[in-house]
Amino acid sequence: MKAVEVRNLYMKFGELVVLPDVSFSVTPGECFGLVGESGSGKSTVLRCMSLLQKGWDGTVTIDGESVQYMPEAERCRSLQMVFQDPYGSLHPRHSIRTTLSEPLVINGLTDRQARMERALADVGLPAEFLDRYPHQLSGGQRQRVAIARALILEPAVLLLDEPTSALDVSVQAEILNLLVRLKDEKGLTFLMVSHDLAVVDHMCDRFAVMQQGNIVEILDRAAIAGNAATQPYARELIAASLEYEHAL
Amino acid sequence: MPSQTILDVRNLSIRYRGTHRPAVRNVSFTLGRERLGIVGESGSGKSTVGRAILRLLPTAEIKADRLRFEDIDLIDASERQMLKLRGNRMSMILQDPKFSLNPVRTCGRQVAEAYLTHASGSRAEARAKAIEMLEAVQIRDAARVYDLYPHEVSGGMGQRIMIAMMLLTDPDLVIADEPTSALDVTVRLQVLRILDGLVRDKGIGLITISHDLNLVRNFCDRVLIMYAGQIVESCAASELDQAQHPYTRGLIAAQPRIGGNRTPLPVLDRQPDWLNDGAAVL
Repeated sequence: MKAVEVRNLYMKFGELVVLPDVSFSVTPGECFGLVGESGSGKSTVLRCMSLLQKGWDGTVTIDGESVQYMPEAERCRSLQMVFQDPYGSLHPRHSIRTTLSEPLVINGLTDRQARMERALADVGLPAEFLDRYPHQLSGGQRQRVAIARALILEPAVLLLDEPTSALDVSVQAEILNLLVRLKDEKGLTFLMVSHDLAVVDHMCDRFAVMQQGNIVEILDRAAIAGNAATQPYARELIAASLEYEHAL
Repeated sequence: MPSQTILDVRNLSIRYRGTHRPAVRNVSFTLGRERLGIVGESGSGKSTVGRAILRLLPTAEIKADRLRFEDIDLIDASERQMLKLRGNRMSMILQDPKFSLNPVRTCGRQVAEAYLTHASGSRAEARAKAIEMLEAVQIRDAARVYDLYPHEVSGGMGQRIMIAMMLLTDPDLVIADEPTSALDVTVRLQVLRILDGLVRDKGIGLITISHDLNLVRNFCDRVLIMYAGQIVESCAASELDQAQHPYTRGLIAAQPRIGGNRTPLPVLDRQPDWLNDGAAVL
């Protein structure tokens, strides 16, 4: 299990500073949540950490090793990302086999068939799915493939960008259960962006509330149910979620 | 119970062109001056029902024993009649203001257009009416917002503008298709409260289509639960927790809850007989 440390992350788009100064640390094997309204910079943090977004300042380390200075292949073996919309994140003209074998080829790993079958088995899909295309799968199955793709290089850290918000509650339950199981089995560290505090409460140990690119407060999971936040915005967000859930 | 029936739907079936299986089968319900929720997973046919009522499915085959909106038979109504109805006596609030507002016209003009189309009034009157309606949806400084373009307003404000546009003509029936799914949780409640207040004050019949059980529980009087094109259950929103159908119970159980015990979430165990005709628990 590996720890993640983000220090003084600074990012701007043109003249607009979207992340002035973001710092937080995730302990090994933790599930750490990032919540906040749209445009608050939660996804940008993940994109910076995975270097999908370049040109930022600050340091991001995994067990003390800086992701910026890691060779690309090593970085991809250390951290992987699962995106929000499984309808958009899988290449429509690539079979599942192509999607899953690409990272293995790039990293020069042998034993590909066995690895691909194991990755699919891990996410609860049969090996026959290797020869299917994304349009032949349901939304939940696609998200399972996206998770299999992220796990095929056996990374220690998984960045989850709203992994279930495009899915129905019934399918969401399956994916959340799967993520919890994989985390325990493989000793993964999760960083999860979500706008749904019920999901955060179910999954995360701690979470950071973001507003306009700043982390306003880092809270324990237990703080949600009783709204133990001290910062006004964090209180407002939790209160709104509680009210929405617990009827009028 | 509804004192006055606005909408009467009996055995509505809808089949999209080029498909064998109907997307909606044998849906029946009546709507009075009340708030009805339709919930179900994606693909269950809930939006298709809403669109069929407004006759927005020109290529689909719509069959029904009865599809009546007040004094009008929606099956036989001509397109000319529908044009008079839509946006005037019945209207629809769509999911995402980013896509449903016209990006090249100011918000205010789009709201005023509803008035200009359906009432014979001057432009100045339309403007005054639009500003009054923007104020009714609690937009501060409505005269300034009138001249803003959709990209200049936030999602929550965009959705309130949409509501203003749809309620301006005092319709009897409003269909809200996922009215707040695109909004943040902090503004979601505010928008729902505004919609709810206006609908109650004006005595509008509201159909809310949503996948969100919390939303229909809190903002509807009655709920229809749809699965694979059929209504499998209908109950009072306050009694949703005592729902009988295994599908409804499965949906409720699958939802993570704040303060829950973090055990694995119960997964929906779909039974093939839910697809049979008349699978409903009534």
